[in-house]
This record gives sequence, C-alpha cells and structure tokens, in this order.
Amino acid sequence: MENKRIISYCKAINEALYQEMERDERIFVYGLDVADHKRTFGSGEGLLERFGPKRYFSTPLSEDAMMGLGGGGAVAGLRPINVHIRVDFLLLSMNQLANMIAPIRYGSDGKLSVPLVIRAIIGRGWGQGFQHSKTLQSVFAHIPGLKVVMPTTPYDAKGLLISAIRDNNPVLILEHRLLYWQKGRVPEEPFTVPLGQANVLRPGTDITIAATSWMNVEAYTAARIMEKRSVDVEIIDIRSIAPLDDKLVTESAIKTGHLIVADYDWINCGLSAEITARVYEKCMHQLKSPITRIGFAPTPCPTTRPLENLFYPGAETLVRVIEQKLGLERADLSEEEFFSYENKFRGPF
Amino acid sequence: MDLYKKMYLIREAEAEIRREYNNDEMKTPMHMSLGSEAIVVGVCHALPESNHVYGTYRSHALYLALTGETDKFFAEMYGKATGCAKGKAGSMHLSSPEHGLMATSAVVATTIPWALGDAFQAVYSNINRITAVFFGDGATDEGVFWETLNAACLMKLPILFVCEDNGLAIHTSTEQRRGYDSLTDIVKKFRCNVLEGTGNDVVEVYAMANKTINYIITDKKPSFLCLKYYRYLEHVGVNEDFNAGYRSREELLKWLEKDPLYIHRLKLTDLGYTDEVEEIEKQIREQVLASRIKAQEAPFPDKDELMKGVFYGE
Repeated sequence: MENKRIISYCKAINEALYQEMERDERIFVYGLDVADHKRTFGSGEGLLERFGPKRYFSTPLSEDAMMGLGGGGAVAGLRPINVHIRVDFLLLSMNQLANMIAPIRYGSDGKLSVPLVIRAIIGRGWGQGFQHSKTLQSVFAHIPGLKVVMPTTPYDAKGLLISAIRDNNPVLILEHRLLYWQKGRVPEEPFTVPLGQANVLRPGTDITIAATSWMNVEAYTAARIMEKRSVDVEIIDIRSIAPLDDKLVTESAIKTGHLIVADYDWINCGLSAEITARVYEKCMHQLKSPITRIGFAPTPCPTTRPLENLFYPGAETLVRVIEQKLGLERADLSEEEFFSYENKFRGPF
Repeated sequence: MDLYKKMYLIREAEAEIRREYNNDEMKTPMHMSLGSEAIVVGVCHALPESNHVYGTYRSHALYLALTGETDKFFAEMYGKATGCAKGKAGSMHLSSPEHGLMATSAVVATTIPWALGDAFQAVYSNINRITAVFFGDGATDEGVFWETLNAACLMKLPILFVCEDNGLAIHTSTEQRRGYDSLTDIVKKFRCNVLEGTGNDVVEVYAMANKTINYIITDKKPSFLCLKYYRYLEHVGVNEDFNAGYRSREELLKWLEKDPLYIHRLKLTDLGYTDEVEEIEKQIREQVLASRIKAQEAPFPDKDELMKGVFYGE
C-alpha cells in the first residue's frame, strides 16, 4: 500500500517511542528534563501521560551515573532509552560509554548484553555557541561496541529508532535539531530501517555527494541548483556511522567518478577521512578527480551569526566545489534561495 | 565453617598466584584481595540467593566467594580458552552472572552506577533482589559515587553500598585526598542507612551485613556499609611494598594480629574443629593446585576468537 501520510521528523521520533513502549514494557525513557513541559522539543509528547513516571522520567543532573543506570538496567533485563538534549552533555557520560557500556559484552565473553538506546540532539544556529553545537559522531563511532546512526529523513528517524530499540547492543542516535521540522512520508504502523546501511537520497549520474545529517539538506539544495545547469547530483545519505556502509558510496563514486564527502562535523580525524580512505582503498584509479571533504571550520563554534555562517559549510559551498570539480564556470547564486533558520525560528531554543 | 572455607579458598588461590606469578605466565595485572577476605565473604554470605553483585579490579575474593570455583578462575589468569571469559577479561574484569557476579571494572567507581540500574530493574520488574556494589575508599573521591548515592537515595533503591576502606587510593592516603573528616558523617546526611566498622572478623561482618540488608528490606532505602581493612600487598602486584616509604611494615604487623583467617581459624579450633579445619584446608589446597595446573595446560583461545562477541549476534 502506498504511504501518503506526511509527518514531521519530531513526530516520527515521538511515534516510534510511543509504539515501541506500547509493544514492550521493558522500555523506559529517561534523561535531563525529559518530563518537563517542553518534552525534549516535543519528541516526548504524550509519553508521560500514557506510560506514567515509572517509564518516562526526568533525572538528577548526573549524566555519568545515569548512563551507568542504563548499563546496569540493560544487563539486568530492561531496555533503557537515555536522552541528551545536547550531545555536548553526553560527554559527561563518556567514561561509562567507552569504559563500560561499549566493551562489557566482549569482556564478559558475551554473557552480558547492553540493549541501550542513547538519543542525543545536535544543534545549530541562533547562537548555540561552542557548547551546544557539536556533533562528534566520529568520536563515538571510533569505539568498538557502539553503534552510531544519524537519521536525516522523518522515515529514517522512525525506522532507525525502532531498529535501535530492538537491537541488543548500545546504539547512539544523533538527531539534528533543525531536522525536527522536516516533513516527509512515514507509515503509521511500526517499521524498521536496518542499522548499518547507507541510502540513496537522490539518484544522479554526474557527481556524488556523501552526506550526513543536516548536510543532506544542503546537498539537496545544491543538487536543485545544479540541476538547472544540467548537472545530475547523486546524494548518498550515510545514515549509519558505525557500522559504516562504504559499499554504496564506493559504487556511487565509481559510477559518477567524482565524490564530495560533506560531513556534518569537523574534518580533522573525522568521518570524512574514514569514508575517503575507504573509497580510495577500493577504487582510487576509477575516480576522475580527487575526493573533496567538506566540514566545519577547524575552530570552536562561534556564537555571532556572521562568524557562525562562515563556520558551517552549506549548499553554496557545495555548488562552488562541484563547479571546481567539473570545471564549470562560477555561477551567479544571488537569486538562489538558501536555508536560513530564521524562516522557521526566532529563539530561544 | 562455611565462612572459613570461602576465606581459605581466597587466601590459598592468591597464595598460589603469588607463588607462580613471577614465572610470567599469568600476564594480567594482579590487584590482590589479601586482607579483605572477611569483608567479601561476610557480606556475600549475608546476601539473599537472588543477589546481584558488582565489584572492582580487586575482585579475586568476590569471584571466589560467589562462585567457589577455581578452574575458570585460574584459566582466566593464564588467558586460556577455558577461562570465565576465554581470557578476554583477565584478573581485572572477572564476572560470572550465573553466580550473581555481574561485572567488575578497572576504572574506579564505574560499576557503582550499574548497581543503580540493576536495582532499578529489580524494582521496575517487581523482583525481590538486593544489589550489592563493592568499591574502595578511593572510589568515594569520584563524582559518580556521589551522583549514584544521591540517585539511589532519591529513588529508594535496594542497593547495598560496600566501601572496602583500606585508607589508600593507589598509594595516597585518605588524609591526603579528602577535604572533610568523616565519609560516613556525610553519607548519613543522605536518606540511607549507614553502618561502619572493622572488616577483619568475618562473623562480625556477616552480622553487620545482615543488619544492613534487613534495613534495606524494611526501610525501603539503600544502605551504606563502610568497613576498614588493611591492604597487605602493593596496589598492583603480588609483593609487599613497605620499602616504598608511604607506609610502614609495623602497620601490617598490627593488622596481622587480627588477620581474618587467623582469628576465625582460632575460633574454630578453640571450639574443637581442628580436624575439620585441616581437612578443608587440605581439600582446598588440592583444588587450587589442580586448577592451576589445568589452567597452565589448557589451550589459548583460537585466533577467530579475537573478532567474536563485540556485538550481540556475533
């Protein structure tokens, strides 16, 4: 049956949580202020009312101990979902993540499993500054034993979250705040999107952009602009950072001959380096141009808007890189419409 | 007698490690339990059958007290395929969930919040269970200890916090680490039961543990048991380190006068159980020796074991 229902990314997360909590009473959601009146930007709406404070509760500001609660609760038989309204705050749980949760299955020879989901929101804009705007997927994906996903579409937000909840391993989901407003087709019934698979977001023939999270939106805008100039851009949404599906991006790079890796993160020692290395290992001589990496400026994120604009690469950056790679004239983009969060939002977060 | 048996098993297993360690076949950092046997045995003996227990990198005693077995224990020390985690854990990460020993950890205080989650699961799922977590006084320097204590008291969870207080964190004394005088005075301000004492007499420890477990059940709040003991050996390794200068051998001699095994054995022989004690000691010596030899002769894990078990389903 064709699905026509359109909902937001935020609603898709909410629906996945609601449906999974209905299905399995071992699931509970907890984190800083999840049960306040804002309900984690609305993603937790209705859960307290339906499932009560036993299964949906705010915690003390103790990220380290609360992540440990998830570990101990999971090995004892529950399926915790730990929510972090900023990924920056998740760093306070890093000891638990890297030293306990990720390796315990291996170190117990498989006797202990940690079916724990960690949702962390990554932010941008309106002066979020350097402590409310990180992404850090490479940091987490570096650690064996953790799975890391970054849904871009509402469909994936629901399907990947349900997969994560049903997975018997710790899974970190990085949700972009600005994607919360994205709308798309999402089936009402529960469904899964397998962890560990990239996705062709837009098929094309001339150049490939492999993107993560919000950079897919920018890539889409760039593709729309380039379409007018008869350049057909293929967009690969990486989606799963660990395990990383390098097959799809490699195939696409071979097909188009040009690859841009647009990672929503810093470049140095990042996911873009990993993808680039893997693609080179498999098909270096089949590419028509060297792989280009795009990411944040190598600085902490500045608060003021003009500098923030420089910090984040966007569709315009992508258009310029495509022109360069394909040897095209530099086009006048002054009439083009680019994303500006002010169209949606005037703060405060 | 059962208490003595468990303590002797720990003492003898560690004695065997000390005899063999210098051959460099057990390639795993040893944090010896010597001196803390009465705490571990007394508390574990008081725990109900369904208990879950968490420990630290100094958990030989905990593993042996809860499992009573030495085959997998020694095999793990030798890194063999027959070890309790096929050699992937070693001395610092012993576990045996089937015996209630859920996890131990080599990063100080990291299992303390796991006890929180474990006890949370018991309440969540309506299971009658006490979760005990053992840690040293050094762990109380860590923020996560206080985070966990706060949350456990807030959530009224059935946790028994057991502080094995040897007055040292690695080589630094409590006086050099604390901006306060008494740990238990502070913990008493939280909504939990606090008991403190000396951890060398296993019968006393057992009685205190029983009392404190009853508090958990009747008061529906966590308990904190702080027991002093003396670490006979160096922080890591199988030797004494009194030549290092941070403490004196005179201290050890004072504690040896009330050594947990010595005083409990004396009680038993005074009661006329000499033959039984000697028989148990002989049996345990044979068990330990046999386990050690079996472990040495066992194969190392296959090469494909390296990649197995990172994720569920592998």
